[in-house]
Amino acid sequence: MKPLLEVRNVTMRFGGLLALSDLSFDVAAGHAHGIIGPNGAGKTTAFNVITGIYAPTQGDVLFHGESVAGCRPSAIAHRGIARTFQNIRLFRDLTVLDNVRIARDAHARYSWPGAMIQLPRARQTEKETIAHCTDLLEKFGLGSEVYERAGDLSYGSQRRLEIVRAMALQPSLLLLDEPAAGMNSAETLKLVEFLRWLREHFSVTLLLIEHHMQLVMTFCDRITVLDFGKTIAEGTADEIRKDPKVIEAYLGQEDSHE
Amino acid sequence: MMRWLQHPPPRGVLLALVAAGLATCFAIERFGLVDDYVRFVLITLGINIILCVSLNLVNGWMGEFSVGHAGFMALGAYLSACISVKWLSWGDPLWMFPLAVVGGGLIAGAVGFLLGLLSFKTRGDYLAIITLAFLMIVKSGIENISYVGGPRGFLGIGNHTTLLWTAVWTVLTLWTIRNLVYSRFGRGIVAVREDEIAANAMGVDTRKSKLTAFVVSSFFGGVAGALFAHQLQFINPSVFDLVKSTEILVMVYLGGIGSLAGSILGATAFTFLSQALQPLGTWRMVILPLILVLLMIFRPRGIMGMREFAWFIPRREFPKKEDKK
Repeated sequence: MKPLLEVRNVTMRFGGLLALSDLSFDVAAGHAHGIIGPNGAGKTTAFNVITGIYAPTQGDVLFHGESVAGCRPSAIAHRGIARTFQNIRLFRDLTVLDNVRIARDAHARYSWPGAMIQLPRARQTEKETIAHCTDLLEKFGLGSEVYERAGDLSYGSQRRLEIVRAMALQPSLLLLDEPAAGMNSAETLKLVEFLRWLREHFSVTLLLIEHHMQLVMTFCDRITVLDFGKTIAEGTADEIRKDPKVIEAYLGQEDSHE
Repeated sequence: MMRWLQHPPPRGVLLALVAAGLATCFAIERFGLVDDYVRFVLITLGINIILCVSLNLVNGWMGEFSVGHAGFMALGAYLSACISVKWLSWGDPLWMFPLAVVGGGLIAGAVGFLLGLLSFKTRGDYLAIITLAFLMIVKSGIENISYVGGPRGFLGIGNHTTLLWTAVWTVLTLWTIRNLVYSRFGRGIVAVREDEIAANAMGVDTRKSKLTAFVVSSFFGGVAGALFAHQLQFINPSVFDLVKSTEILVMVYLGGIGSLAGSILGATAFTFLSQALQPLGTWRMVILPLILVLLMIFRPRGIMGMREFAWFIPRREFPKKEDKK
């Protein structure tokens, strides 16, 4: 079976800085795929290339076998790649409902003149969008906060809302940038449970960046390790744990300073 | 967006109020119920509301800073004057005048589209400078076209802007902009203000949002200009300068950004204040900016900033009652 996402020899250069150098990896449909690596290894840059925030200097990104490299982020989102951000990027001044609706609107089909004179189709679609998003928020346990201002939610709820918002796009691939950031071990365990539920319930493929090793090792089917913008190892949790290159990247080489 | 009052009006009340308002305007025109000065101020109020709510779309809902609104007004004013004085002067004002107003709106909207294209790459202060340049280009452009009178101005425009027409256009502007704001396009525009990167990642075509905001905003700016030209019956390029743009900005930031109720409030307060301060002469232009300074310090988003009067919010936006049982 063809992989859902293929990153093919991607190089990303910012002036003299080489953020990604000939990066390649595949994400199989249905998997939970983890990306780990030291700070500055290029993990978030890889996310930004996949979601179209940056067009790669070289290389290609294939989604469902079609190239999406260099497409506009909104077009990539429409094709079914959704994401969350490392430092939460909610629409803070808007209600929880509006946050989710903005993503759901990708599925709405009515024109702006139609909206301005309230054609039946525009009104009907609006009502359906509200119903759909309210349901979705209920499912994720945010049903009582629908009309709250997003910026007023607790940190945990904001993280969760960001995932709900991404899921409103009905993506086939969800990119999570450090979902466990700022969580303690108990909360992280809960997050793993939540991610399992998410995967089962919405049959979505997950690609996640995470520093929390416990989460990555227990939850991910496959792991890619980056360092200096390159893949240095790839495999299952057990394979990664034993890989000498990974140990070197994280702990430093033996006798390297002598 | 935060709500000011929690409940929508009983069904039909808003419609009845609007109908009553339009009927009153009709009666005033038909039977001459008020004197010319009051009529003039009321028409100015309507035009100011249109200007304020349309600029609010770009400066409030989208969070950009355009200082070029008087330029769109000028385009609408001059093109509509050409239509009503030069091209279709034989026509009955009953159909010719609406056509002139729409024509004025369309030319402004078309130029607004071009300005929208520029907003793809540029944001914030730099876009503000571009709108300033646009305003200067329009003004000096018109000054150099002798066909419309050049710097001497355009004379002999018919007095077609009745109170009723003004009221109709005001209601139409408020209604369509409300509908736009509470649609996926309006949410896209607001998402650009809140976080452009996140908006893009969530499937909002932010370029389309920007174009929509600029085109709709400038269209109604042009409409207001057309009404303005046929109210004053004489227009001159120097009327549409930075001071005019600043006046509209004062209305927007006084009433409140991202709010229909705020736009109405801001335009009303500004219109009546500037009439009331008329006897002060030049001092007027000291007091109004002073109000703006105080406002920016104590209430930077304006009186109704980001809040809305519940009656202007579509019914579907409210929580359903049967939800909580």
